[in-house]
Amino acid sequence: MTMTATPVGRSTAAAGKPRRRFAALSPSWLFAAPALVVYAVVVLYPSLAGMLYAFTDWSGIGADKSFVGLANFQTLLHDEQAMDSIGNTLLLTVAIVVVQNAVGLLLALGVHAKLKSRALLRVIFFAPVVVSPVMVAFLWKYIYNPDPSAGLNGLLGVQIDWLGDPSLALWSIAATVVWQYAGYSMVIFLAGLEGVPKELHEAAMIDGASTLQRFRYVTWPLLAPALTINLMLSTIGGLKLFDQVFAATNGGPGYATETLSTVLYKQAFVFGKFGYSTAIALVLALFVAAVSLVQVYYLRGREVAQ
Amino acid sequence: MRRTFLLELVMIVVAVAFLFPVYALITLSLKDPAQISQTPLALPAPPTTDNFTKAWSAAALGPSLMNSTVITAVSLVALIALGSFAAYYLARAKSHLGYGLYVLFLLGIVLPFQLGMIPLYQLVTDLGLIGTHAGMILFYTGIQLPFTVFLYTGFIRALPREYASAAQIDGASHLTAFTRVVFPLLRPITGTVLILNAVFIWNDFFTPLLYLGGSGFETVPVSVFAFVGQYVSDHGLVFAGLVLGALPIVVIFLLLQRYVIKGFSSGLKG
Repeated sequence: MTMTATPVGRSTAAAGKPRRRFAALSPSWLFAAPALVVYAVVVLYPSLAGMLYAFTDWSGIGADKSFVGLANFQTLLHDEQAMDSIGNTLLLTVAIVVVQNAVGLLLALGVHAKLKSRALLRVIFFAPVVVSPVMVAFLWKYIYNPDPSAGLNGLLGVQIDWLGDPSLALWSIAATVVWQYAGYSMVIFLAGLEGVPKELHEAAMIDGASTLQRFRYVTWPLLAPALTINLMLSTIGGLKLFDQVFAATNGGPGYATETLSTVLYKQAFVFGKFGYSTAIALVLALFVAAVSLVQVYYLRGREVAQ
Repeated sequence: MRRTFLLELVMIVVAVAFLFPVYALITLSLKDPAQISQTPLALPAPPTTDNFTKAWSAAALGPSLMNSTVITAVSLVALIALGSFAAYYLARAKSHLGYGLYVLFLLGIVLPFQLGMIPLYQLVTDLGLIGTHAGMILFYTGIQLPFTVFLYTGFIRALPREYASAAQIDGASHLTAFTRVVFPLLRPITGTVLILNAVFIWNDFFTPLLYLGGSGFETVPVSVFAFVGQYVSDHGLVFAGLVLGALPIVVIFLLLQRYVIKGFSSGLKG
């Protein structure tokens, strides 16, 4: 066997197959094939089919469906329940995004300080994140008990029908979502705070900046990436909200807490209007896509500008 | 020094208020119906564990825990295997195909699953997988792949190519180089993938309600949902069911809190 000395004295197997060195620097696309098949079956094909069904009158039974153009969307414009659900979804989303991130940021600033109990506080505030939203909703349904001696009413000494009052129910649900996920926003902001160099704060302090000024001019700009992620997550979560509403009020009283997700669920699985249901799902998809695009462009721009 | 003390005091008060629902949950689950109606906010006197023994069997929590465990575990293995393989190609490909496929996967993060919900329900029915573990595993693997691929691709891109190249110069194929050299280096991101997907799958409700409702293969949230619907007026029993249903994931969280919090806070940095 003629053995040419390889530079690093590798095995004869490698020396015998020098072409391997230049062969395929990048792995074959076959690496992605199994994932692509599953992804196509579970996500791509059904989503495409859903977009088409949105323009049919399919009832879900058999293959009987015909193309009805924009009829489903015209129905939607005159459907009080669906139109209310769009308004509710947007209000809920705005409330959740603003309050959850504000609370999350304050909690993060609090537990970022050198407190003795900081580790325990983090665990407490984060714990609800890992629990099923359905179970959290059932817990809060009791907390919102109209009975004046029980739950929140008993604690505060008031008599409010938190989930039964149509003008209040939506905000009560928003509060449960904030309670559950403020800890999620907190840990993302916390990761951002930990990335702010101490030297910057020290320099600002030497220059005589107040606590508020240091937050405004040092911390806040550097939190931009964490803010981007938090806004994305809470907005998309708010737009798709289903479990909490389904378990706490199922859209009631009246249509006061219907969201796009609860209405499209009912249209499909209670009324059998599959075509109409997918039309509502398409509206939801457009909202989510629009918000994602705006946030990515606007907030990425802000990050770069800093 | 005094300011820190004041802040600490404020944060502890906030935490106590924050825990009020948990206090209600635990105390009510330990009370009998008379105590619940007479002294709803007081500590249980005397505490009773009757609710727990009754809830455990009434909610069929034993079988549900099994179903949730099987579905979550198999889905996670499939996600890690398929996701990391795909990401290895997507991160290393220099072709238009590689970039195009990456964008195609990312699209799945933005698409709400409701858009494909009905066609997928029909497809799963046609495949005979409604009411089975396999149907749920297929669903979770597909629906969580975009996010998993996104996390892995980002991580692999930041990894030097030299590790795999060295193995290949030694005669290893791409497959061996990936499984023996690259995959072990992915451990941090595999941990993140594992935690985020596990919490999502374990707690997911909408799809298992559709696919598994009434099948006898319900996951924990679906069983608890049915159980609460049945015993809605018996708060002590319902709360014992909620405590038992939430307990496994809360215990795992408390044991692995550092990793879980790190996974949630770091995994999303694109």
